[in-house]
Amino acid sequence: MMRANASWRVAVLAALWVGALWGMTGARAESAQPLAENPVVERRLVAIAEDLRCLVCQNESLASSRADLANDLRREVRGLIVQGKTDTEIKDYLVARYGDFVLYRPPVKGSTVLLWFGPFALLGLAVVVLVWVLRQRARATPAQAPGLSEGQRQRLDQLLKD
Amino acid sequence: MVAELGHLALIVAAVLAALLAVVSGWGVWRRQWTWMAMARPFTALMWVSLAVSFACLAYAFLTNDFSVQYVAQHSNTLLPKPYQFAAIWGGHEGSLLLWIFLLATWMLAVAVFSRSLPQIMVSRVLVTLGWVSLGFLMFILITSSPFERLMPAPNEGRDLNPLLQDPGLVIHPPMLYMGYVGTAVAFAFALAALLAGRLDAAWARWSRPWTVSAWAFLTLGIGLGSWWAYYELGWGGWWFWDPVENASLQPWLVLTALIHSLSVTEKRGGFKAWTVLLAIAGFSLSLLGTFLVRSGVLTSVHAFASDPTRGVFILMFLAIVVGVSLTIFALKAPQVMTGSPFALVSRESMLLANSVFQVVATLVVMLGTLYPLVMDALNLGKLSVGPPYFNLVFVPMMVPVLFLLVPGVVARWREANVPELARELWPLALVSLAVGLALPAFMGAWAWTAALGFTLGAWVGLSSLLHMVQRLRKPGRISGSFWGQHLAHFGLAVVVVGITGVQHYQVERDVRMGIGDTVEIAPYTFRLAGVSKVPGPNYEAVEGRFEVIKNGRVTEVLRTQKRKYFSSAMPMTEAGIDSNFWRDLYVSMGDPLPGNTAQWAMRVYYKPFVPWLWMGALIMTLAGALAALDRRYRRESNRVAPQAAATAQA
Amino acid sequence: MRKLLLIPLTLFIGLVVFLAVGLQRDPHQIPSPLIGKPAPAFDLPTLVEGQRFSPESYKGQVWLLNVWATWCVSCREEHPVLVAFSKANAVPVVGLGYKEVQSQEPEYALPDDQKLAFARAREQRYLTRNGNPYQVSVLDMDGRVGIEYGVYGVPETYLIDKQGVIRYKHVGPVTTAILNEVILPQVRQWGGA
Repeated sequence: MMRANASWRVAVLAALWVGALWGMTGARAESAQPLAENPVVERRLVAIAEDLRCLVCQNESLASSRADLANDLRREVRGLIVQGKTDTEIKDYLVARYGDFVLYRPPVKGSTVLLWFGPFALLGLAVVVLVWVLRQRARATPAQAPGLSEGQRQRLDQLLKD
Repeated sequence: MVAELGHLALIVAAVLAALLAVVSGWGVWRRQWTWMAMARPFTALMWVSLAVSFACLAYAFLTNDFSVQYVAQHSNTLLPKPYQFAAIWGGHEGSLLLWIFLLATWMLAVAVFSRSLPQIMVSRVLVTLGWVSLGFLMFILITSSPFERLMPAPNEGRDLNPLLQDPGLVIHPPMLYMGYVGTAVAFAFALAALLAGRLDAAWARWSRPWTVSAWAFLTLGIGLGSWWAYYELGWGGWWFWDPVENASLQPWLVLTALIHSLSVTEKRGGFKAWTVLLAIAGFSLSLLGTFLVRSGVLTSVHAFASDPTRGVFILMFLAIVVGVSLTIFALKAPQVMTGSPFALVSRESMLLANSVFQVVATLVVMLGTLYPLVMDALNLGKLSVGPPYFNLVFVPMMVPVLFLLVPGVVARWREANVPELARELWPLALVSLAVGLALPAFMGAWAWTAALGFTLGAWVGLSSLLHMVQRLRKPGRISGSFWGQHLAHFGLAVVVVGITGVQHYQVERDVRMGIGDTVEIAPYTFRLAGVSKVPGPNYEAVEGRFEVIKNGRVTEVLRTQKRKYFSSAMPMTEAGIDSNFWRDLYVSMGDPLPGNTAQWAMRVYYKPFVPWLWMGALIMTLAGALAALDRRYRRESNRVAPQAAATAQA
Repeated sequence: MRKLLLIPLTLFIGLVVFLAVGLQRDPHQIPSPLIGKPAPAFDLPTLVEGQRFSPESYKGQVWLLNVWATWCVSCREEHPVLVAFSKANAVPVVGLGYKEVQSQEPEYALPDDQKLAFARAREQRYLTRNGNPYQVSVLDMDGRVGIEYGVYGVPETYLIDKQGVIRYKHVGPVTTAILNEVILPQVRQWGGA
């Protein structure tokens, strides 16, 4: 009977000890909580902030910068998102205070027409010029190669494929 | 003492460069053999003085000589030795010394490995490079000498920027500069041909290995830079379209176009004016890059401290070198423009088309990079052009290049047989399309841009693989050139797939974690096992240890640190990365969070296909090396040289 | 054919011209879009406890708003210049203390009223010791007003006219030369002393 009591006591003590340890270390592994208060808002913040420039950095986006002003601006944008503003409204808000410089995606306006349409115009122009030049060259091609025997023609074929 | 010796060596080098440029230059002009032939010795001596100068600066760094201002600005007694050496190129003055030393090395290589070229040709090339060297040396001596003294000498240096204290610093700039400087050699060959009034297949064969080597170094340099940014900056970005990054991409694109154009000039004698123009453009872009980085004209994380005087000097140098070359081009190009005709659809036309598209891509990058400057110059206000713009416009430019690559490799010279091409390629097209359409669905979310990327990647990759496999089945030696071509294309495909994969399917978790907490990104679970303090040679770090659990077992342990360097107020994050063939697992240590339990802000990433980016870059570099070392160039030059030498005397 | 070959050269010359002009520009100077627009309204506490200030109250005068902080090194450079200027001229200068308590300081964790008191005390000490050029000194503790004004780096100085419209902005420390040659003439232009 004594032994049963003793082992019972040991078991209770052990359980308490383990429980205490457990409580102290908080060892119940938890699934980590997202850092942001509101992950949905945060995701939108990151998307918008990637298109914005950190004004005090040497060419970094608002999303990745750790500068003080960047923290402040992110806080502003977060506030605006929570207020329900659209992406355009948020960008306009910042542009009204800092100018177009704050946008990494330049606005499409008169002075940036060349910037936005230039690449595609250039590509189109390149294709046109290319076709024109190639046609010119092709016109100079002699219509037939001078008479070749069948064996020579086959060798020619093979060489042209290498 | 040593600094003065280094400075003196620079002056000697400048004198030798002047002798090379003027004396041997006169020898070339007047066809005076003796003076012409002195080009090689002048080059060798110039290399020796620059080696001495470089060694002096290295000595100053390694002995912590803080009486040398440049050493005091960029080094520190606590800095580990390898970084003390690499700090030589950690700032403007030293990196210029590296630049000119590498140029001298390339020049020496040209002098040594060109025994089979006609003397006048070699001399022309070396003289051109002599003028370029002279300009650079004058720039260094007048505005940017690394040997300035700082009196009284401080006891301790300012230290190298912690961001740069990394193995990447030791290797990325030298490789990149080898590439930049290599464009000068291609440039010099082009000018030499223009001045000789003749551009033939022999010339193309001689300049090709040099161009390919420069390209290979540039590929490696850019790849290393991208990889370094990826693991060093702690947030997993690998390309930011920063002006300095663009400054390296532009010559790379042009060199790629040049290599393809050269192959047509070599085999069919066509595109001569275009080839020469590309060679001039390659070096011009390299110089433009130097200007952008060092003049303070554009804002960049890479920019060295700017000084308007330096900017003016580089601009003048750029204006003279490129202006003169383009003038020579306008005057002399008609003389060299001959070529066999070819059809609208032929291998020539496809190579030309791709060459043109690559140039268009270069111009587009240049447009975006310089637009803010142009707007400001025209008083139209300040503008920012960043990744959203470049990502949007660059991709469409590369689509035709990737598409045409495959038929371009198999099309016949002179006139392609379109039905034959179609017959050969339609199975591959189908397979690529299938892969491209299926893979996005397999990866998670379907996006048509992902499908496009994977399709083109499969199109180019499978085609190159097939070529290599089919050729391996046949007997006979395979030339370096063959490997170069197909491996390079294959490497490109790998990079394309890598970019598509990581851009579309990366998963990021920004979480607060205590010890024992987990984050799940299927099929992996990341568990924060412990956080501890870790001392370093010149910093103190807090390290987070992560266990990566897959299928119930711990498969990896990742460590990430937040370091506080003694010399800098800015904390640095060292990411913990586990790479395998298919993906990277990336963890980044954040700040401790306030609260009752110990918690830290952590970033955990799952990045599929990102290792393919670096693997692809390495494959392309290897391809370039194999192509440059192709024995055909060395053997055949021997054969052609006597004839060319005879005509050169005329 | 020959003329086509001159295109690269021509384009290059154009590029060099732009680069040369670009060398004279400072890419870090961002022009303010608020010039010509009404100065954003605010209502901030001043150094005097219980007192608040709003730009409304300065309508009818031409005045300067100087954004500064005691931790800002360049502000220390311009401070004596401002003190001298305020003594020599009748143009009122209002000081906007921008984020006086920084996020890395332990005081940042204090509750708002204590933080404000701390900031007040520190600025007061500084102004007593180095001279006070400001008619009024307000405290923008969280930087929100700064963002309204497009502040991105202290010190910055704004010129505001009688209708409360911003007419000029100077980024960086003011020097005697800038004050006398650029700002004072503008003050006169808009009807100031």
